[in-house]
Amino acid sequence: MTALSLALPSRFQPGRIAIWLLLLAGGLVMITPLLFMFSTSLKDASEVYDLRLVPAHPTLDNYVTVLSDGRFLRWFGNSLGIATAVTLSNVFFDSLVGYTLAKFRFRGRYIVFLAILSTLMIPTEMLVIPWYVMARNFGWLDTYWGIMFPGMMTAFGTFLMKQFFETVPDDFLEAARVDGLNEFSIFWRIAMPLVTPALSALAIFTFLSNWTAFIWPLIVTTSKELYTLPVGLSSFAVESQIQWELIMTGAALATLPTLTVFLVLQRYIVRGVVMAGLKG
Amino acid sequence: MSMPIQQETSGGRFWGGLSLRRKQVVWAWTFLAVPILFYALIRFYPTVEAFYLSTTNWNLFSKPGFVGLANFQRLWADVVFWQVFRNTVLYLAIGTPVSLILAFTIAYHLDRVRFLHGFIRALYFLPFLTTAAAMAWVWRWFYQPVPIGMINDLLSSFGLPQQPFLRSTSQALPSVLAPAIWAGLGFQVVIFLAGLRAIPNTYYEAARIDGVSNLTILRRITIPLLKPTIIFLVVFSSIGFLRIFDQVYNMTSGDPGGPLNATKPLVLMIYQTAFSSFEMGYAAAQTVVLFLVLLAVSFLQLRLLRDR
Repeated sequence: MTALSLALPSRFQPGRIAIWLLLLAGGLVMITPLLFMFSTSLKDASEVYDLRLVPAHPTLDNYVTVLSDGRFLRWFGNSLGIATAVTLSNVFFDSLVGYTLAKFRFRGRYIVFLAILSTLMIPTEMLVIPWYVMARNFGWLDTYWGIMFPGMMTAFGTFLMKQFFETVPDDFLEAARVDGLNEFSIFWRIAMPLVTPALSALAIFTFLSNWTAFIWPLIVTTSKELYTLPVGLSSFAVESQIQWELIMTGAALATLPTLTVFLVLQRYIVRGVVMAGLKG
Repeated sequence: MSMPIQQETSGGRFWGGLSLRRKQVVWAWTFLAVPILFYALIRFYPTVEAFYLSTTNWNLFSKPGFVGLANFQRLWADVVFWQVFRNTVLYLAIGTPVSLILAFTIAYHLDRVRFLHGFIRALYFLPFLTTAAAMAWVWRWFYQPVPIGMINDLLSSFGLPQQPFLRSTSQALPSVLAPAIWAGLGFQVVIFLAGLRAIPNTYYEAARIDGVSNLTILRRITIPLLKPTIIFLVVFSSIGFLRIFDQVYNMTSGDPGGPLNATKPLVLMIYQTAFSSFEMGYAAAQTVVLFLVLLAVSFLQLRLLRDR
């Protein structure tokens, strides 16, 4: 809120109201695709061409159809498990490296930092071919580990955590050292709890990017049981051709979890994304 | 976790003999051991390998043979590559300015709104949380001809001519770009809002006392002070548009890359060369080009924006 808006209470300014209405209208346009996706997922095939937002005869039949053969549940579980495991790994390792680079003084520290940071310049797409070769040689193709291994640590997360650990006062750590805690305990029990906002930001960002990840899971998996939700949905949509109500139901299933979590944790998620965006 | 109290003499003769500083160094490298191994094997080695493969004719089944710069010469002479290159540049050249101007306009006005501020922000932010592969199908459905597609339905109800969208060589690329802009907009709005919040009120108060107009405040105070935010968003979203894939793959799955390759971006070309034709060497050369494009664009943007 800028000082300008304090000059007059906003409700007395017609220009303000017009802008407010425009902003609201724009926001509603933004969620139109989501509304129609959900609405169509509740319509039966004969109603799909009726483009009213509220279905005349809402039904959950599409959800029953899509979920009945178990594929979607499997993909859903795959995505959930993979995104969770990768997030946990990032929260642990990115923090550990960020902490070490921020709080330890040793020769080579700066080189390690620069080396990790330099990997940010390499686009993932450049690495997919070598990763594919690696996965093929080690027998990781078409395995969960094959989907997960490239993302277990990220330079972005390390950099984010380093920034935050630098704000932790050395006195805290020194006091713990005097108390006889070993270095790992100092990291885990003293430093980590002091940066929980950064940890949640990192966790939100990592989870979201793994939940929506497409190109690498598409490349590394060939059997349908191992598809993640986005890849599964894509293959399902191609199969179902023009059955738009079923495609919309699949899309809704892929979108529902993140939207639900957002509605519950809105404040933390917006703050986390801003933090990850600006500090990272 | 158990926490043994460590005394100087408890951990064996070697450990006990080390000074506190030395111990710190040992701890540091212990913490870094697994991550260094990871970065070496999963980031650095593959980077070197990508460059190496770009100089071979490897096709996944034969032994790689060194061919020098032949892959790059082939690319240079490839008509499809230049079409793809043009598309990729268009995604960037349209996507970045359109999305940033929209996002800034929204954030600038939303910043002054108090009534339902959080709700309106949430409306703009929600698409950012969606899965691109899923939303591509929703947009694809919107673009269908009547009676299925909503946009054409709307057009015909106003008596306007039908549009081919994804089926046209001129409209397909903007049609694929729209959901990418739509999905990223909320992130940019939220980042701009944070940037606007960070500008101290005293600047505005001083300007107001001097009787400066709103437009001048915007040009002389708000935009210059937002420069770090603007630089970040320009570079970040440019990289995103240059790497566009999920939307294109899903919206043109019947005819990958759209009519006459009208929507095909570099990453889709890489994907097809590597994983449909298995021409790994040729595909690796394309990834090297992608890398160089990303590097050049980020570098140029940083130089231009910082100096201004």
